[in-house]
Amino acid sequence: MIALRTNQSVATPILEVRGVCKSFGGLKAVQDFTLVLNKGDLQGLIGPNGAGKTTCFNLLTGVYAADVGGVTLDGVLLRGMRPSRIAAQGMARTFQNIRLFGELSVLDNVKLACHVRVSHTMLGAVLRSAKHVAEERAIHERAMELLRLFELDDRAREVGRSLPYGDQRRLEIARALATSPKVLLLDEPAAGMNPQEKMELAKLIRRVRDEFDVTILLIEHDMGLVMDICEHITVLDYGVTIATGTPNEIQNNPRVIEAYLGGVE
Amino acid sequence: MAILRGWMPIVICLVAALLAQLYLKPFLITTMGWDFAAKLLVDVGVNIILAVSLTMVNGFTGQFSIGHAAFMAVGGYVAAAIMYYGSYRLVGNADLAGGELSSMIVGRGAPLATKFDLLFLVALLAGGLSAAVCGYLVGLPSLRLRGDYLAIVTLGFGEIVRVLIQSQTSDVLYDPEEIDRVPWYSLATKLGGSLGFSGLPFYTSMFWVFAFMFATLLVAWRIKSSTYGRAMLSIREDEIAGEAMGVNTTQYKIRAFVLSAFFAGCAGGLFAHTVGVQLNAGELGFVKSFDIIIMVVLGGLGSISGAVIAAIILTILPEALRSVASYRMVVYAIALIVMMIVRPKGLLGVHEVWERSAWDWLLGKKKS
Repeated sequence: MIALRTNQSVATPILEVRGVCKSFGGLKAVQDFTLVLNKGDLQGLIGPNGAGKTTCFNLLTGVYAADVGGVTLDGVLLRGMRPSRIAAQGMARTFQNIRLFGELSVLDNVKLACHVRVSHTMLGAVLRSAKHVAEERAIHERAMELLRLFELDDRAREVGRSLPYGDQRRLEIARALATSPKVLLLDEPAAGMNPQEKMELAKLIRRVRDEFDVTILLIEHDMGLVMDICEHITVLDYGVTIATGTPNEIQNNPRVIEAYLGGVE
Repeated sequence: MAILRGWMPIVICLVAALLAQLYLKPFLITTMGWDFAAKLLVDVGVNIILAVSLTMVNGFTGQFSIGHAAFMAVGGYVAAAIMYYGSYRLVGNADLAGGELSSMIVGRGAPLATKFDLLFLVALLAGGLSAAVCGYLVGLPSLRLRGDYLAIVTLGFGEIVRVLIQSQTSDVLYDPEEIDRVPWYSLATKLGGSLGFSGLPFYTSMFWVFAFMFATLLVAWRIKSSTYGRAMLSIREDEIAGEAMGVNTTQYKIRAFVLSAFFAGCAGGLFAHTVGVQLNAGELGFVKSFDIIIMVVLGGLGSISGAVIAAIILTILPEALRSVASYRMVVYAIALIVMMIVRPKGLLGVHEVWERSAWDWLLGKKKS
């Protein structure tokens, strides 16, 4: 289940976004968004509030359909697919405003996300077929394993909404990983965390990338975290990509500084 | 092992239903003289099927359907037509009150299933299947709708079914020769109209009710505790997140709708053939739908055992309150209002009565 990242596959593009545009009425939310994620990448997507970052995530995961442009995930064009299909293709996400299954237990939150990889039918579940029993057991073990990794296993029986804020954010990541994704999109995973928690989160994200063989794209406002863990950063402002590059390049890019500080120079 | 785990409960349930028919019913009626209790037990069983089947839609997927009685009506009328006209065609009359199964076993210890019991089973399943088809047809266009809008569509469907049956069908045929002469498909329109479908044989025995009740409970519980149940619950908890986790929410809404309609249809067939019931679409309208909803809401949306408990209480309570019949609806309304204030999520919430979380929930223990 946990595979180590192999070095040969590092340069293969896993997610390719080509010229994606999206307008809401007269508002051009995202214009000509292009992004390539290679296997094993850990990239950042930043920009001031309202720059269109979350809209990008919604376009990638099929919540919105792009006006123009295409998204290719591991060689499969995702055009016209509903979000559940895209998730099945291997794209998982977390949400900026936490969207846990609040009334369900922490364990069930993670188990639920394993559903997408299940191969027995509903009839099999009703008749308790051998395959159903085996898969349910595998789901349980996988979910507990994930919870252990995220240090949530001792709260497995509690309901999702009773968790503290930081734990809820980590549970969202665990839940997204349970779908066995190829690409993981994290929408402000550090929001509302204290510095200590942020440090641990940074470690965790790196660990997830290495142990789960996933490629990560993350939206984050905490520049310390982004500059620390991301190898490559894309900056959006008013839906337009204004810069891409390594953390160092981004930090010294005058257009980025202008976007964030409003042209004070 | 897996086969044993899968099928044993099914066998046990069937045996239990049979034992109820063989021993519980004669015990209640002959030994204790509680004819009324035996009849009430059948009503309770039918209501449990209805409440638990509605739990699949309103509880698991969180959609608000308020036309459940319409599925019951569809199933009831289909089963009734098959049973009534079927027995006329087979033996020339429909007067087999009590059902072959019960009289045979209890009376003479003769073979288990005769062709009339088989016909009844076929009729019930056909009723369930036609209701399931209706469930699919209603579910399909309703899936783009949420909350109040879906409720209005299901309400409208319920009224359409009621009006169609009441106004578009003509009187029930009583003459065996005429029934034999008329082509079978035209019999499907002779359902009694607004007068109701009278003269149905009373086939619904304790065995059939309990067998279908156990089947409903088993299916509901096994779905709820499986990955498919979690997929359905995700729709109720957060549709967007469910979809993002790979749950095809549209498909699972339809599945829940179809399954729920199927069992409601079976319950309708059982209801139609119960002693003392005259099948009439007028009684299977909005008010009946609402009775079932109240059971589901009181029990706790998503809780199977909650729905069962509520169905038992709400079937027996009106009988117990019969002596103060004029205040019955007042008590009912007060109970509902108190419930809404004290326990807005129902008796058990989403939990089951045997889960520890249910007791924490009942006793109001707060979790850190």
